[in-house]
Amino acid sequence: MTKKQYAFYPGCSSQKGASAANYITSFGVICDKLDIQLNEIPDWNCCAASIGYAEGGELPRIVMGARNLALSDQHLPGQDIVSGCPACWLANREATERLQHSSSLMAEANEALKEVSLNLRTDFNTKSRHFTEVLIEDIGYAGMKAPVIKPLDGVKIAGYVGCQANRPYGIAGESFENPQYLDKMIETVGAEAVPYDQKVTCCGGALAFSEPEKAQALIRNIVESAYDHGADLIVTPCPLCQANVEIYQSEINKKQGTKFNMPVVYYTQLLNVAYGGSIKESGLDGQLIRAEKLEKIAGK
Amino acid sequence: MTTAMTTANETAVAKYKNNFLKEVEATVEEGHWVKMCMQCGVCAGSCPFGPHWEHSPQKIFMMIRAGKREEVLKSDSMWMCTSCYSCMVRCPRQLPITHIMHGLANYAYRLGLSPRGQPNQAIAKLFWDSALKYGRVNELKFSLAMYFRDGFVQGVKNALAMQGVGLGLVKAGRLNPLEIISGHTCKDTSGIHKMIAKAREIEDRRRGLA
Ligand code: SF4
Ligand code: SF4
Ligand code: SF4
Ligand code: SF4
Repeated sequence: MTKKQYAFYPGCSSQKGASAANYITSFGVICDKLDIQLNEIPDWNCCAASIGYAEGGELPRIVMGARNLALSDQHLPGQDIVSGCPACWLANREATERLQHSSSLMAEANEALKEVSLNLRTDFNTKSRHFTEVLIEDIGYAGMKAPVIKPLDGVKIAGYVGCQANRPYGIAGESFENPQYLDKMIETVGAEAVPYDQKVTCCGGALAFSEPEKAQALIRNIVESAYDHGADLIVTPCPLCQANVEIYQSEINKKQGTKFNMPVVYYTQLLNVAYGGSIKESGLDGQLIRAEKLEKIAGK
Repeated sequence: MTTAMTTANETAVAKYKNNFLKEVEATVEEGHWVKMCMQCGVCAGSCPFGPHWEHSPQKIFMMIRAGKREEVLKSDSMWMCTSCYSCMVRCPRQLPITHIMHGLANYAYRLGLSPRGQPNQAIAKLFWDSALKYGRVNELKFSLAMYFRDGFVQGVKNALAMQGVGLGLVKAGRLNPLEIISGHTCKDTSGIHKMIAKAREIEDRRRGLA
């Protein structure tokens, strides 16, 4: 079977040795089983996500995106641009839409791109997509289920969608208030999606660093609600959510006397384990809070 | 603040007289949407850090129309936006609220009016500088810069307080200490610097900030 080809934009946090390195690791088995080929965009740069606004402003930010789009178009023409990070997906998609919408912005961006000897064709309109969209729309739930050899029987999971893997663009046209795709993926691999009232709550994002108390109050609710609904672990589609919700549990415990120890894994790691991936292949050795239930299944 | 920035502010004041709405429409990203706000308050109730802000988007948009220039540009509220997009997907008038808030923050910052030492502003600047320098964000340098932004002593304290986290990430292979010497970089960093300088020059010219 020929593989489906995509241009791949990893984003900074998913590089080797970066905080979401285990996320990327867990893509391997999935791509293999589902005949997906991700072709990294050569010399991609940071997408400048939303927090780039203060110093960056509008045009410099969009130009950072435009360089990636132009490189992708030049080296991987016609391939949809896929990212695992919602912030990157949003930045790529927003840059494309804004440039499409305004010919003067396009002209300005191209003037700046001359400095790197690139040019974005004015009719550039290649889709930027999140990896979950590839799985849901191009592979489908049935397709995702086919390679399952170790259903995650008895594992109870809180599907934490967060913000940017949901707003403002949405996945598969689902509602912003109660998207279903993550729960459906959980059930596709044989686990149980528990009801979860913090599904689309913001974790504080990049402000977790600068406003730790306020962000940790949000994170506390996110973790507590998972416990309240009997979840064994939380699953997320976003590297920043993953980092925030996992990393700060020990801080919250220290400051507030809670005893949080809730694993936070990626949807890709669930698929991986269900497809027979090892602990290492699933990136489960990269968890700060080890996901014992999954490790047990992966180790079998 | 430097004289150049004061001048940019004075020029803007002179140019738009007392019409702050017009100024916002001309200089702030997506600013032309502000007049569409119907003051329903949905955005104010959607914001995760809402209780901590003095001015919700609703209030900010009302203040813009009321010509409260200083109050808006000096507000720290725009800096409390987590980019969660809750307001934006709920706004009945479909204002791109998140982008307007970012745009206002950027404009205030460029005029030298934004609150100094505001932590999120410091973060945003560090993030951008880090991204630009190497083309990609080097997380270790970024976090170190964060620890030390309040000075050396506080930096050491911050670093110690978060030590467990850092070490855990190193052990888990998700933070690479070797990066402090050679980290993730793009090949064409010098090109990227020139490209961004150019973009900034074009935008400043368009916004009358040059
Ligand atoms: S903005 Fe964030 S997620 Fe996007 S590439 Fe840069 S660091 Fe990575
Ligand atoms: S990291 Fe947090 S703020 Fe960012 S998209 Fe995920 S939930 Fe939202
Ligand atoms: S939700 Fe929209 S219309 Fe309502 S107050 Fe906010 S910006 Fe204005
Ligand atoms: S996007 Fe910003 S302003 Fe809007 S609700 Fe979220 S934090 Fe508040």
